[in-house]
Amino acid sequence: MHHFTVAELIQGLRRKDFSSVELTQHYLDRIARLDPIYNSYITVAAEQALAQAAEADQRLAAGNAPALCGVPIAHKDLFCTSGIRTSCASKMLDNFIAPYDATIVENYRQAGVVTLGKTNMDEFAMGSSNETSFYGPVKNPWATDCVPGGSSGGSAAAVAAHLAPAATASDTGGSIRQPAALCGLTGIKPTYGRVSRWGMIAFASSLDQAGTLTRTAEDAAILLNDMASYDAKDSTCIEHEIPDYTATLQDSLQGLKIGIPQEYFAEGLHPEAAAHIEAAIKTYESLGASIHNISLPHTHLGVPAYYVIAPAECSANLSRFDGVRYGYRCENPRDLTDLYKRSRAEGFGEEVKRRILIGTYALSAGYYDAYYSKAQKVRRLIKQDFVDAFQQVDVILGPTSPSPAFAFGAKAKDPVSMYLEDIYTIGTNLAGLPGLSIPCGLVENKPVGLQLIGNYFAEAKLLNVAHQFQLATDFHKQVAPGIE
Amino acid sequence: MAVDRSDIAKLAELARIAISDSAADDVAHRISDVLALVDQLQAVDTDGIAPMAHPFDAVQRLRADEVTEPNLREQFQAIAPATQDGLYLVPQVID
Repeated sequence: MHHFTVAELIQGLRRKDFSSVELTQHYLDRIARLDPIYNSYITVAAEQALAQAAEADQRLAAGNAPALCGVPIAHKDLFCTSGIRTSCASKMLDNFIAPYDATIVENYRQAGVVTLGKTNMDEFAMGSSNETSFYGPVKNPWATDCVPGGSSGGSAAAVAAHLAPAATASDTGGSIRQPAALCGLTGIKPTYGRVSRWGMIAFASSLDQAGTLTRTAEDAAILLNDMASYDAKDSTCIEHEIPDYTATLQDSLQGLKIGIPQEYFAEGLHPEAAAHIEAAIKTYESLGASIHNISLPHTHLGVPAYYVIAPAECSANLSRFDGVRYGYRCENPRDLTDLYKRSRAEGFGEEVKRRILIGTYALSAGYYDAYYSKAQKVRRLIKQDFVDAFQQVDVILGPTSPSPAFAFGAKAKDPVSMYLEDIYTIGTNLAGLPGLSIPCGLVENKPVGLQLIGNYFAEAKLLNVAHQFQLATDFHKQVAPGIE
Repeated sequence: MAVDRSDIAKLAELARIAISDSAADDVAHRISDVLALVDQLQAVDTDGIAPMAHPFDAVQRLRADEVTEPNLREQFQAIAPATQDGLYLVPQVID
């Protein structure tokens, strides 16, 4: 049962090949038995999951159940899930039982989706390798001495190890797309403002966006249908028509114009990964697309701009963690200042503290203009590159990540080399555009991803372009060796 | 732009995070590396460019001043470290 895609599970539930309770129990058993290898889950919500599954079975029996009714998924541990620990993989929130559901969790709950549990991640979503989690690192199912990518490493590993058919995730600088690439999955980050951030614990508010990790573009489309919503409680959410993302998956790619940015194929890209992307471009040509060379001249400024903006916003967002109302509180505080300083020093990991300090610096008097304001101006230049490109092409194609999954510890000592992992994905977040990653081959027996970037609110087109590739190729069907 | 341990001490104070003396040098070094990366931005000509905080330059929406949420104080305070009479308890602030 765990080899089925979400689309297949939907069919199976309706044909009564299995019930939601059987399916959920099957996954729970698998997680208990196999997740000690991967450490992809922080919290497994067995009791709640089975109760939800029983309800879903009733709705399915009554007829007229929504599409996803009875399908179990996992949620990245930064989405508030009522009554279930929501930790952001941090000691700061190890004792935090969320008192409400995030909007996306509520959307899925209403659709009858079953929550298996909360997945591991880099602490407070800051990282590209899932090495900074308070609950320990996550192992890549393709090579357990290697990272799964981050920050959504747990969601990616769970789906790649068939411990969940799909998982929610979040992407601020590449945290869905890069783990998707490193774990052989389809990962989508929708347009900024497409999905509500209410109840999604904030890292960088102008960059964060929720999305999914699945094994196919079709599954991503099915899941996006229920994830996307206009939410008055999220003031950065944009009201925009929500299409049925599955309706146009079958559209022909005849006449599609694909842009290849020269800056994404410069030094630093693993040559075998580049070869796979070249092969994928040929595949797209055979499907009727035309290929156009484009330039995104400010690409090299993406990582520097991001590492001002994201830490600055994180320093503001994480100031709420003060040991007063919830979360970790230090023992025997001498006074209020000591309470704040030690709760935060003890509750946060090193990377989180570093980023808060960088952000504090970038926003401080005398530096705000030179750093934060400057970075926000550069951000507009980066966005303009994409706006100009989309005058000529329909989608942009390139690599997701410079190389396949790296070994644990390989980049942990040098934060800047870790930051450069996101070099191809970060521009998309800065501009607020939708992006996705799909598998396109193996390098050193580990997956690499192909990234597609679309125009604002063009998720349907992106998913169609991804789906057609997945009809013509088999990369997305490859399973990590050793997965039973 | 490099930072030293006295800069770190000031930032730690602003951010309300205790950084030990033994850790300060290492933190200063790591942060200086990131600031070196970030300094590339200084070379960019951004004259006449407005800062961009939101991809669509959205502004805060306002709503009517009506009560739409129930008061869930007890539920939210159930997970607090220390409360009394509906208030959050912290060490004494005022003598």
